[in-house]
Amino acid sequence: MSMLENDKDYWRWQESCWIDERRDWRTARIVSAGIDIGSVSSQAVVCVDGELYGYHSMRTGGSSPDSARKVIDALLARSGMAIENLHYLVGTGYGRINIPFAHKTLTEIACHARGANYMAGPSVRTLLDMGGQDCKVIRCDERGKVERFLMNDKCAAGTGRGMEVIADLLKIPVVELGERSFAIDAEPPAVSSICVVFARSEALGLIKAGYTKNKVIAAYCQAMAERVVSLIKRIGVEQEFFITGGIAKNSGVVKRIERLLGVESIHTKYDSQIAGALGAALFGHTLMQKQTKES
Amino acid sequence: MIHCGIDVGSRSIKLVFVEEAATGLAVRARHILFPGELDLADAATQAYTDGLSATGIDAAQVATVMATGAFRKLVDCADDDVTEVSSAARGAAFVCPVARTVIEVGAEEVRVVKNDAAGHALDFSANDKCASGAGSFAESMARALQLSLADFGAAAMRSTTVIPMNARCTVFAESEVVSLIHAATPVEDIARSVIDALAGRVAAMARRIGGDGATDAVLIGGMVNNPAFVRALRESPGVGCLHLPEFPEYVGALGAALIAAERNRSHEHA
Amino acid sequence: MIANYGYQDGTGEYYIAIDTAHCAECPVDHACVKACPQQMFEIVEDDYGDSMSWIKEEHRCLLIDDCASCKKVSDHTGLPCVVACTAGAIEHSW
Repeated sequence: MSMLENDKDYWRWQESCWIDERRDWRTARIVSAGIDIGSVSSQAVVCVDGELYGYHSMRTGGSSPDSARKVIDALLARSGMAIENLHYLVGTGYGRINIPFAHKTLTEIACHARGANYMAGPSVRTLLDMGGQDCKVIRCDERGKVERFLMNDKCAAGTGRGMEVIADLLKIPVVELGERSFAIDAEPPAVSSICVVFARSEALGLIKAGYTKNKVIAAYCQAMAERVVSLIKRIGVEQEFFITGGIAKNSGVVKRIERLLGVESIHTKYDSQIAGALGAALFGHTLMQKQTKES
Repeated sequence: MIHCGIDVGSRSIKLVFVEEAATGLAVRARHILFPGELDLADAATQAYTDGLSATGIDAAQVATVMATGAFRKLVDCADDDVTEVSSAARGAAFVCPVARTVIEVGAEEVRVVKNDAAGHALDFSANDKCASGAGSFAESMARALQLSLADFGAAAMRSTTVIPMNARCTVFAESEVVSLIHAATPVEDIARSVIDALAGRVAAMARRIGGDGATDAVLIGGMVNNPAFVRALRESPGVGCLHLPEFPEYVGALGAALIAAERNRSHEHA
Repeated sequence: MIANYGYQDGTGEYYIAIDTAHCAECPVDHACVKACPQQMFEIVEDDYGDSMSWIKEEHRCLLIDDCASCKKVSDHTGLPCVVACTAGAIEHSW
């Protein structure tokens, strides 16, 4: 069975768009934007005078310049803006050169840290971002400046694609996995395979051996949590601890990570996937301020 | 005197019977069984009984049964077991005395062994933890393209363009293959890209244990039958002259049988 | 900033950690770049405007292979990059 058998779209998660109606971009001194093109999802954020104004999140399409254009256009349309109304646009994402119309591109590491600092406050010191095809652990200071980091984008274990594989296998929508992983009689041990491909075969074996689907999900989430915690320990966790990225919405993985670390993560009202684009927009604001001062 | 080596993998169980002849040890017979849905321990027992009847050998003639392979501990009829590394090294030295690097690519594991002339393993590197470094990487991509592995390999042979593969994970590579299909990339080029990537990883393992262009290497296991993989491996740095033995899937079982014969001889002389 | 370049997969964790705080005032003129036989290092500007050494993107997920010429399975001593950086800013996790 191919892992791409997703004709029923079990991978599908909510694409979202949000505008803060209380703010008005027309009266702002600086309107900055950030675009984060990930391998699985893309986000656009607009800030007015350094405050979050709106964001849009969608599945990444074919090429990055196309996705970048699509995601920012969708947000601009929602807010009645045109691209000319943006004073400064910063691009980020995997690989540096992917957004031709950006004024500057910065690393996703720096942007995620800056965005997390806004979303979770200046007390954030450790950031875990679990993206579609990568996993990042970042330690930052009170200004959101990176002190140390580690990234893994080689292996599906600990990433959104890794979760999609199990969602596909069990024919359960990925957004339901977290809750279902707790509807079990007893917490099972983690699947022994780190590799998602081997874990998938192991999951099939567990089902044959009588595990309920929920218990298989729990075993899988536990394995994923253990992988990620191993990376976190390499960097070291210091409170406050904040989780971003798509998997932040998966309580099955989040709670098990917290349990293994003995540390709880901060909650935020913002969509967990916007950290990168938000950080990019905030950098854009600062860079525009510098530019205006110098001119 | 006959000794039997039995190599139990997840996909197939191979047997080799070696016999003491005037000129030394020689292969008497081979047998293979595909367990399918059977329990592996039962399948191993059945493979042995089937092997005896298929080859006309009497159980009483067999002095030792030596098991090897990922599931070597499951063989009830075995007298002893030996690691895959040792049996690969010993079997390879028998079928290809000039090779000092033994490359074995299985569906779920890959190992590269540095051996000496007598077939003793001096160093090795193995991977059974990451699917992208083993044969199933090619199998998964073949399935994604809805091709049998044989057709996939044949398609790769027809490719004239080299496209590097960026993803180094089977799961990410499947997404990459889907993008390539959407970009109307010819199946031949995609297949070649996948097989080249796998061969590159295997060659890197050979380099890691000190293999270089000057050392003769021998490829064992089923991948010998994939010409695209053999071509890609030959073209990779770190792999010197690559030899392909006859009956490549049986080399592990052969090695186990040879080790059984050697141990038997040294007991006699003790 | 301590930047870790590399990856984790089923076979283990392979990271090269670079303490970039030492790079801006490097006393050996970024000797790491020349020391690596695979030319894996390069000097770039970080997001905060300072000069630093990093592992080129195409090598990061191939560390175990690309570092193999210096690191045979059984011998990991005297790595050229680690020796070249007199500030001791380069560390290998495996």
